[in-house]
Amino acid sequence: MADKVKFELVAPEKLLLSEDVAMVVVPGVEGNFGVLPGHALLISTVRPGIIDVYADDQRSVSQRIFVSGGFAEVTPERCTVLADEALPVGEIDRSVAESEAKEAESRLAGLKDQAARATGDDKSEALAQLRTAERHLAAAQAKLEALLAAAH
Amino acid sequence: MASLKDLRNRIRSVRSTQKITSAMKMVAASRLRRAQEQALAARPYAERMERMLGSLAANLRNQPNAPRLLAGTGKDETHLLLVATSDRGLAGGFNASILREARRTLRSLQRDGKTVKLFTIGRKGRDALRRDHIKLIVESLTEIGRPRLTFANAEDIAARLVERFEAGEFDVCTVIFNRFKSAISQIVTRQQLIPFAVPEGADKDKADVKGAIYEFEPEEDEILAGLLPRNLAVQIFTALLENGASEQGARMTAMDNATRNAGEMIDRLNITYNRSRQAAITKELIEIISGAEAL
Repeated sequence: MADKVKFELVAPEKLLLSEDVAMVVVPGVEGNFGVLPGHALLISTVRPGIIDVYADDQRSVSQRIFVSGGFAEVTPERCTVLADEALPVGEIDRSVAESEAKEAESRLAGLKDQAARATGDDKSEALAQLRTAERHLAAAQAKLEALLAAAH
Repeated sequence: MASLKDLRNRIRSVRSTQKITSAMKMVAASRLRRAQEQALAARPYAERMERMLGSLAANLRNQPNAPRLLAGTGKDETHLLLVATSDRGLAGGFNASILREARRTLRSLQRDGKTVKLFTIGRKGRDALRRDHIKLIVESLTEIGRPRLTFANAEDIAARLVERFEAGEFDVCTVIFNRFKSAISQIVTRQQLIPFAVPEGADKDKADVKGAIYEFEPEEDEILAGLLPRNLAVQIFTALLENGASEQGARMTAMDNATRNAGEMIDRLNITYNRSRQAAITKELIEIISGAEAL
């Protein structure tokens, strides 16, 4: 393949990856999408999941990276992913991911309780917290799933 | 004239001060390197975010249902100043320059009949502004980013801002901090956070892909609703990182000067000490000799 697309993966604290690749598959909110050179202009929200990087050809995955969410911008020449948190699948620690999921779950339960009882201003705040907790839980669960998928 | 013992004490005390300042200088130098690296590492994300937002915002800005974080409240009455200072002093003019700018901005806004509120980050800023403007301070945070500033810190501040903004407490938010240029030069910078100011370069960048229209997944406004608060956090994060590097740079320079001054002072004191010791010896000799002569 002569044509490559410039793929960049950035987290708030640093640039994680910047290289020319044949294809990347990004988990968008409305489904995974593959980016090849010459892709149409696109801006999408990224859901928690795994980014597959195909460095040399479109057949073999060279890198799998877990992202907990973020945004992606695609132009014909490049694909930029602004991740909230990113971690190569190989580096996910099972016990950490499990405890994160458990913690998120228990907090969610507590918040649900709180939201049900709160009124007025407190209510909207509690609901906002609830949504954040839900997101954390989804991210933690996606991390676990990624781990299982990698094990197979 | 100070006695010899006084001089000796004085020299000893200056010497120990010098030891402290030179140690502080070295600590600041190593922290500076770390802070600089961190600031540098965070830059790509901020740049990409700006680019993405630039291409999005230009499309949406003038629509009636544009998010308020982008379009503003349509008013310009209440300003919130986010004053970012350090927790520790002894950093040369670092805090003073930020505070001077903050006060100047505050006065000029008040002259124009605006309401001003203050949000301080860092102990120094809080303590100084509390003296004259205690009623204006709505929130103060200290000890942010110890031992290390993380993105979560910035997100927390951004969330507090958005909450106040949504509650209609202010129309415009500006951050005042020191942009890091080099260890000896920091530039006080004022940057508007809310409503988000689309950078100049964005339009030019857009011209490259002229006529091309982005596809959005999900809808534009939905993405923007997620992107804007995040961008706010990114900008705060960048500002705090720059501030952190500036603080260490300013401290390093200040401590370097202090160390050098202490060295000079020790030299001077040593000369005085040696002279007066010599004078005392001479005086004693004269006394002995004239005593012997008188016999």
